[in-house]
Amino acid sequence: MADRTRLVGGAFQSLCILACVLIILMLAVILGDIVVHGLGTVTFSFLTKAPETGMTGGGIFPAIFGTFALVVLMTIAVIPLGVATAIYMHEYAPKRSRVVQMVRLAIQNLAGVPAIVFGLFGLGFFIEFIGRGMDRVFYGGELVYGQPAIVWAALTMALLTMPTVVVATEEALRAIPQSYREVAYSLGATRWQMIRCVVLPQAIGGILTGGILAVSRGSGEVAPVMFTGAAYFLPELPARLNSQFMELGYHVYVMTTQSPDVEATKPILYATVLVLLALTFLLNFSAIMIRAQIRKRLRHGR
Amino acid sequence: METIIETRSLNLWYGRFHALIDVSLRIPPRAITAIIGPSGCGKSTLLRVINRMNERIPGVRVEGDVLLEGRSIYTGPIDLRQLRKRVGMVFQRPNPFPLSVFENVAYGPKIHGLAGGQELERRVERSLRATGLWDALKDRLGVSALSLAPEQQQRICISRLLAVEPDVLLMDEPASALDPIATARIEELMLELKERYTIVIVTHNMQQAARISTRTAFMLLGELVEVGETQTVFTKPSDPKTEQYISGRFG
Repeated sequence: MADRTRLVGGAFQSLCILACVLIILMLAVILGDIVVHGLGTVTFSFLTKAPETGMTGGGIFPAIFGTFALVVLMTIAVIPLGVATAIYMHEYAPKRSRVVQMVRLAIQNLAGVPAIVFGLFGLGFFIEFIGRGMDRVFYGGELVYGQPAIVWAALTMALLTMPTVVVATEEALRAIPQSYREVAYSLGATRWQMIRCVVLPQAIGGILTGGILAVSRGSGEVAPVMFTGAAYFLPELPARLNSQFMELGYHVYVMTTQSPDVEATKPILYATVLVLLALTFLLNFSAIMIRAQIRKRLRHGR
Repeated sequence: METIIETRSLNLWYGRFHALIDVSLRIPPRAITAIIGPSGCGKSTLLRVINRMNERIPGVRVEGDVLLEGRSIYTGPIDLRQLRKRVGMVFQRPNPFPLSVFENVAYGPKIHGLAGGQELERRVERSLRATGLWDALKDRLGVSALSLAPEQQQRICISRLLAVEPDVLLMDEPASALDPIATARIEELMLELKERYTIVIVTHNMQQAARISTRTAFMLLGELVEVGETQTVFTKPSDPKTEQYISGRFG
């Protein structure tokens, strides 16, 4: 009996270990393949030049810059929106309120919507509705904002990543002991003073974690930007909010499916994927560093 | 007897639960009034009525009145912020904010716009001196309050409260999370503070009530059974239920 129990336990443990090994192995194969095939092509000029000769030559700088700009704009949009939503739900709305339940349901559903649907929504809502509307009102019908642009792509991406920020922020708010809120009130703080001085400083770590997750998600998505602003080929960098832009993920997609000479683009393709991964890690890493810095300042600051 | 706080036929319900039943209690200024009684008797509820902290709980209903220096804090236009500035609270578990010592004590003056710059620093110093922390912490005002020992944390909480210059300190079992030595020192502090402040303390610890309080109120199942000079309540209680509780027959 004892032997059998031990046997079953041992088998279960081995299965768990196997699962972990499998995951690491898969990641290693993917990363290894990309690094082996891509590293040779990643040169200084590859990182700093625009694509040339039907994308079989040149570099990918516009796509690197475009992705970076997209993610920055998206972060600027999604953090305030997501944090404000979470604070309303957790701090202002009455407990078990109908509105909050509806908002929470909406956010959960939003998290389950396929990325391509966000792309179509962005096209319909931001470009056709808001962009065209702005053109009619401010530019006398001239096409300025009613077309794919980096600002619309960033906003679409912000909608896609908003659930992540909301959930992470709410989680952080929930982790703050109720007693801190009580103390603030008992000292005569208003709700806003309580939120500003007690809740926000403590939730900042969780909020930034949400931001980090949003950045990771956003920098890898292609579908939301393909109708809303990403360009097939555009050597100029996006200079204004209504410029189109190149994006690494979309560039990979284009090179895989639309290239006139698939074999010739293969090294570039590998290299682009490698750069995309590196950029994602870099964005992640800087967000984590910012979070660590802020936490440190909060802990020691006067 | 001079009175600073008075409750008049106070009734309070949490939903259907009748938590305070017809409580009429007068509290003298610059003295320690202890509220004792078994768990769930409504003593903390009574304490929290005095700065209207109960209102944050959904489903609370209050009837009757509470007067602070003769003026109702339940009827008429009341500025809750001003009320809570005058009537502050110390909680059971030390709960300094996860901020530096300085920021903790400066929090109240800041939110009330009472002081800034040098004046704020002087105020923080005064508040820390009043709780006996200044000499130990004056060179470490920047350290996190959470890194201190529990007793010091509770002193920080009291300093944080004193910094807004309240009149009344409500203390909800302020020493119950501390060890006996720390408890004794917090009790000493309370005896010092009563020279300047009105203190109302809820406590489970009858010896504590006997040691430090001027007056004692005994509550049972939401009712105020007896209130009087501490010595009288502990040696010649007028109600047999008080006598039973004090002699440890229930509770």
